[in-house]
Amino acid sequence: MSSQTQPSMKTPPEVDAQQMELLARLCNAMAVSGDEQEVRQIVLEEIQPYCDQVEVDGLGNVLATRLGSQTEKVRVMIAAHMDEVGFMLTNDEGEGLFSFDTVGGINPRQLVGKAVIVGREHTPAVIGAKPIHLTTAEERKRALKVEELRIDLGPEGSSKAKVGDRATFATQLEALGPSIRAKALDNRLGVINLIELLRHAPENIDLLAAFTVQEEVGLRGARVAAYRFDPQIGMAIDATPAHDLPAYDADVENTRYNTKLDHGPAIYLMDGATISDRRLAEWLIQTAEAENIPWQIRQPNPGGTDAGAIHRTRAGVPSISVSVPVRYAHSAASLIRQEDWAHTLKLVYHALTRLTPEILS
Amino acid sequence: MTLDLLSHLKQMLSAPGLSAYEDPIREIVAEAWRPLTDELSVSRVGSLHALKRGDGAEPRPKVLLSAHMDAIGLMVTAITDGFLHVTQVGGVDARILPGQLVTVHGQKDLPGIVVMPPEFLLPPEVEKGSVPLQYLLVDVGLRPAEVEELVRVGDVISFAQPPLELTGGAVAGHTLDNRASVAAVTHCLELLQRRKHAWDVWAVASAQEETNFAGAFTSPFAIQPDFAIALDVTFAKGPGSTDWRTFPLGKGVTLPWGPNIHPALYEAITKTADELDIPYSREAAPIVTSTDADAIQVVQAGIPCLVVSMPLRYMHTPVEMVALKDIQRAGRLIAEFICGLPVDFMQTVEWK
Repeated sequence: MSSQTQPSMKTPPEVDAQQMELLARLCNAMAVSGDEQEVRQIVLEEIQPYCDQVEVDGLGNVLATRLGSQTEKVRVMIAAHMDEVGFMLTNDEGEGLFSFDTVGGINPRQLVGKAVIVGREHTPAVIGAKPIHLTTAEERKRALKVEELRIDLGPEGSSKAKVGDRATFATQLEALGPSIRAKALDNRLGVINLIELLRHAPENIDLLAAFTVQEEVGLRGARVAAYRFDPQIGMAIDATPAHDLPAYDADVENTRYNTKLDHGPAIYLMDGATISDRRLAEWLIQTAEAENIPWQIRQPNPGGTDAGAIHRTRAGVPSISVSVPVRYAHSAASLIRQEDWAHTLKLVYHALTRLTPEILS
Repeated sequence: MTLDLLSHLKQMLSAPGLSAYEDPIREIVAEAWRPLTDELSVSRVGSLHALKRGDGAEPRPKVLLSAHMDAIGLMVTAITDGFLHVTQVGGVDARILPGQLVTVHGQKDLPGIVVMPPEFLLPPEVEKGSVPLQYLLVDVGLRPAEVEELVRVGDVISFAQPPLELTGGAVAGHTLDNRASVAAVTHCLELLQRRKHAWDVWAVASAQEETNFAGAFTSPFAIQPDFAIALDVTFAKGPGSTDWRTFPLGKGVTLPWGPNIHPALYEAITKTADELDIPYSREAAPIVTSTDADAIQVVQAGIPCLVVSMPLRYMHTPVEMVALKDIQRAGRLIAEFICGLPVDFMQTVEWK
């Protein structure tokens, strides 16, 4: 228990240069599922002054509590997973070449010809491809499999890496006009939003912030975090695909976009893991309408968030998810609109300020 | 020296310069070559010509060093809802493209990403295989109206992967094919500063090799060299690349051998390499070398040619990899070869 908890800022959180800088640090860090240390370290540094209690649990989750000052409070758990998809080195073949496997859902077609970073030192390396000159047209029609690819650290690479080391894409965050291009926007956006919510926590709730591990490989962190917190309400804040691209056939309408950029936070009613609590969905929608924040329903379809684990914990936790729409998640370079991020943060903040125990009655 | 060569190379790897759009890279090469040479000019098709005079009596014989500076990349073919459709400039395997960082050279330079649309937006026959270029898109992160304002059909797109220093003196990046060779020419010119050479040396950073050899066909016509050396990269051994066309990375240059190569020149340069203990492999090029030499050979009444190559992994991807040592070896070999050329050398270049 900290005796010097800083008071909440009692103002709505904003997205400005300071948050952009923190998001860059978070996205450029490596936290492949099972080794979230780099992001965990940043989170701990950022949240410490604003929490009544902070612990790192047995799986590596950061569990932070910020108690409200009002008497009538709701215990709300908000989960944001720290981990990202990536790679693990599986065999040292000598001369700097390592075979590897993917950790989390990565389409192998996204890997070829990319720069990566390996291990805690972020040693630069590449995933190459056989030159086009040495391939046949027939060969090029076939997608390369992970087993055919190697991570190449250069001729003396074996001295810089070992089997079991994690690796991820080397892309550094960059602003593209109204957008942001980076790796791991899924889910460093959730992480930064949860950090901001702790800093600006309203007094009508006990905010139980879970920065979770191993979401991309099976929602493992969220499950144990929810057990520990035993919340009244659960919420996952995450990033969800925006498949808002044109179809190859211009006459075909894209009706399976999932979400669209520039349409605001994506509220979940149903995904592959959770059917959202309808009271919570109404609460978010009414908040958005009242605060004039754009919003969209994430199209009901497969996929899942930490809510999938939270809502079935103990005797059950009414739960929902809110995500920032992100294009090209789980690739070297994903893309969001800064406004969608800001609106998502604003929506969750305002929803929390409106929260009363009556919501569950 | 090594550090300078590395920073020179990295500066070149960070510059755009697609075939026929070589201005940005040409300026960098000109900057590097200006203090090392006596005259600089730009050819009608955009190749950079630099003359370093020899100290023999006039008229001096001339050797042409040709290293192409152009890059492969993409070009905008259409725009739909702010997404760019593209085609290739030079040989690009579409399988390397999804997720690739690029710069679209529109009304201003726009960073972007090559993207593979989700499978349900692709034709059923490509859902599982590789996605052909015609279905890939480029996203510059701007809203459609702004894209229409800043980008038009025909704008070129460069790879934007920053250069990387890897272990064992390896460097990775886009367009090491063939900026590695330009760096080797720079290294050669630097070595020649402190040496005597009878011959005039014409260093050429040639244009448009990746598309149609426009530079290689035209510079020799203007310069009229007695013979020419093309510098290029060749295939290094690596994942999926192990056959006779591939050579170990960082273990020496290759000297292609075949109908594009004059046997007497070949013999002379191998002699230099042997004397200096510069490691090289004899690279079989049974029909073509696929370098500037293929064009230079048939300019005017014919020009005897040599090729010096550096093994490079992952050719025509944005993560091409080459060993700095091999660049230095290529530069040194050519510099020493030039210094050893007597004024009457061409009289010994005979068919026998």
